[in-house]
Amino acid sequence: MELIFYGKYRALVARLNGELDHHIADSVREEIDRELERTGAVNVAFDFRHVTFMDSSGIGVVMGRYRKVTALGGRVAVFGASEAVKRIMRMSGLERFTVIADKLEDCFEEVAADA
Amino acid sequence: MLRNSMKTEFANRSDNERFARSVAAAFVIDLDPTVDELTEIKTAVSEAVTNAIIHGYEDREGVVSVEGKLYEDSVEFTVSDSGVGIPDIDRAREPLFTGKPETERSGMGFTIMEAFMDSVEVESAVGKGTKVRMVKKISR
Repeated sequence: MELIFYGKYRALVARLNGELDHHIADSVREEIDRELERTGAVNVAFDFRHVTFMDSSGIGVVMGRYRKVTALGGRVAVFGASEAVKRIMRMSGLERFTVIADKLEDCFEEVAADA
Repeated sequence: MLRNSMKTEFANRSDNERFARSVAAAFVIDLDPTVDELTEIKTAVSEAVTNAIIHGYEDREGVVSVEGKLYEDSVEFTVSDSGVGIPDIDRAREPLFTGKPETERSGMGFTIMEAFMDSVEVESAVGKGTKVRMVKKISR
């Protein structure tokens, strides 16, 4: 996983790779939470373009980050997921509280540059 | 008619979740499933094995088994553990119910198994273990 902070969205983007299951979920969660604190990001976007498999453990990771950032007024987005992954997300009702988009540009409003 | 059968046993370590779903996918390949069917089988087996690993033994070491039976137009997988068992199966099967609310489990495991397989049967006895039997028809 690669974590990149996008200042213009005040978002941490988690670029996931391969298979997202329970075995991987703990380290993904810990690394994201550590970077959230370090960067001061309020939003989180999950880049699913390179995820080849996900089970309900992935839903838990997204929901958990949602709970964490909504307390700060932030939002969670998911982009680039395959149809198979999106089906599990819809089944879990994830679209009720996260943005599900094709690309990062569609996830958040840009933050105005400091005056 | 039974075409093939297999049984594999492994330690309740989370890195074996990937092993288990790969075995399930390899086993069913003889029926020439679609990509979607293969994904559904891998996901359902992953859910059942993850449940056995997370909930089956609490923090004890234990063995999880996956048995497969291949028929002419369907596949059956049985995931078993000899762990703590499920006290209330109906409740465990409810969407969003999790036996570990202190963790970030989504509670969607059984719901996904039911959506992706044609039948899911759960047998469990407290203190003895849990057996999840799932059948899926393969379109040919």
